[in-house]
Amino acid sequence: MTKAILPPPDSRPARGGRGFATFDDPGSSLLVDEYGAPDFVALQDSADFRELRRRITVFVVPATCGFLLWYLGYVALSAYAPDLMGTPVIGVINLGLLFGILQFVSTITLTLTYARYARRRLDPQVDAVRSLTAEDEA
Amino acid sequence: MGGNTAINLGVFSVFVLITLYVVYRAGTRNATASDYYAAGSSFTGPQNGIALSGDFLSAASFLGISGSIAVNGYDGFLYSIGWVVSWLLGLMIISERLRNTGRFTLGDVLAFRMRQRPVRAAAANVTLVISLFYMIAQMAGAGALMALLLDVHSKVGQAIIIAVVGIVMVLYVLVGGMKGTTWVQIIKAVLLIMCVTLMTVFLLGKFGFSLSAILETASRNTPLGPEVLEPGVRYGSTPTNKLDFISLALALVLGTASLPHVLMRFYTVPNAREARRSVVWATWMMATFYLCTLVIGFGALALVGSKDIASAPGGENSAAPLLAYEIGGAVLLGVVSAVAFATILAVVAGLTLTASASFAHDVYANMIKQGQADPRSEVRVARLTAVVVGLLAIVGGIAANGQNVAFLVALAFALAASANLSTIIYSMFWKRFNTIGTLWAVYGGLGSCIFLLAFSPAVSGGKSSIFPDLDFAWFPLSNPGLVSIPFSFLCGYLGTVLSKETSDPVKQAEMEVRSLTGIGSGLK
Repeated sequence: MTKAILPPPDSRPARGGRGFATFDDPGSSLLVDEYGAPDFVALQDSADFRELRRRITVFVVPATCGFLLWYLGYVALSAYAPDLMGTPVIGVINLGLLFGILQFVSTITLTLTYARYARRRLDPQVDAVRSLTAEDEA
Repeated sequence: MGGNTAINLGVFSVFVLITLYVVYRAGTRNATASDYYAAGSSFTGPQNGIALSGDFLSAASFLGISGSIAVNGYDGFLYSIGWVVSWLLGLMIISERLRNTGRFTLGDVLAFRMRQRPVRAAAANVTLVISLFYMIAQMAGAGALMALLLDVHSKVGQAIIIAVVGIVMVLYVLVGGMKGTTWVQIIKAVLLIMCVTLMTVFLLGKFGFSLSAILETASRNTPLGPEVLEPGVRYGSTPTNKLDFISLALALVLGTASLPHVLMRFYTVPNAREARRSVVWATWMMATFYLCTLVIGFGALALVGSKDIASAPGGENSAAPLLAYEIGGAVLLGVVSAVAFATILAVVAGLTLTASASFAHDVYANMIKQGQADPRSEVRVARLTAVVVGLLAIVGGIAANGQNVAFLVALAFALAASANLSTIIYSMFWKRFNTIGTLWAVYGGLGSCIFLLAFSPAVSGGKSSIFPDLDFAWFPLSNPGLVSIPFSFLCGYLGTVLSKETSDPVKQAEMEVRSLTGIGSGLK
């Protein structure tokens, strides 16, 4: 009678299931559980994910605060400083109308800037995080 | 107004027949829940972006804002800007995360890491309330609009028109599901943008491509004189008025990207990148559209004049149709009227679909059947709900016909910003946020918004109130957003901090990783 072979005493069989995941085996670096499902807690803690979150924050937080201030400031100026906004600039076009049209310009500019930033700085980082899982192989 | 009713009716009928055919062709393979709710996520970013603008640009935007610019000048323009700027929030914070996290409804996102039943119920309640308010406003508007365009003045005639609008919209939804409805939005958005762009180019050409010249002529055609180009005509008379407008602006800029029918559109694309592209496209469409309404509004003032606009049936809403008649005769008037009609139809169809999806997916499938519903019966429930919602909207629209219900549109934005935005932001960015916090934020925002509105000048105590003869208004603002939006954030915070419930860190990790990367969502 042969002795039953005990399963490897590793709590993380996901890392290749080899017991000692010290080699540079690409399969062993996946942050997935024993069924191949992503290990979200480990992913959330991974350097790649933290970098993605940092890149999103440094763009989105200032940009959102900025556009909200610019828009609400414009509305407040129109409400509380009508004389200033009524100053003519080009022909009968006054400062308020000019600022209003600039709201359109700034919205389009910020939209395109974000789209470009996302394409260049966020999407590759998303791919880096995704490559930690078996997500794109199925 | 000199329009030709036969031409108008003819153009309407052609539009309805063509769209019904398109819907029929698009909808024949509507088998699964995913097809019905999200068009199988098969639309591209640009297609969905155009459809988003179609869903979003209601008749209130087209006729209401161009008319408001024609009558109030600068203040009308000021109002229009919020509708464009607000898309930045959708772009940078909502669209991609929503696409990655949910499947069909807002409830999918809010309930992701919370207890399912109460949160889904809350999400469904908010969706149904907002959709119904918005729809009743649109339907009542349809009555007024058709009175103007088809020269129908009897209440019975208008009621019949409202019923026809309701029946056509339910047909779109039943036959076409999300795919068919999306194609209606696309057709309508393209027609609307083409129509306003052509009118704008024509007007600019007429005035030597000088905006200044249009504005100058406009200011000579109104008793307000050059003041029409300055702030203060509509929203600047009293301190309360000013604060009211700031409240409205806040609700607009924060509410747009949380409107349930806008949120649901993000599920019709296959992944987060397409969701982002769709907002970029929608923003271009919105910016073009509202820049055109600036020219059309002042152009109407310059060519038609404020006296004729004010005396036309429909008042300021008739500015754009009158201008169309002025520059293109009965045929252009017919086209503009048809576009306005199409606009109403498409918007209410989108709302009906959203309301029915929320009921069938959140209430029926996830609460009553505990997530074990057969997809076919779920779709059957959704179709049945669409019929019920359609009936409610017809009855509500007929009842509200003739009332000043323009505030209902603004209310929908305030409700969305109060009840949805706080919960979406908290559940995505705050680890501790829990079920109690979600419920407090949703019901606190929804409740305070409706409560304050009930005691506002929009409902009683003013000349344009629903009950002009009663006065139980003690809240000075007609737009509750300034109070109810911060209140909802406060409720969400207090509910979370005061409850003993701890949030589930594993679910939180899953939601955060999934919302930013799409891992676990099955999307590529």
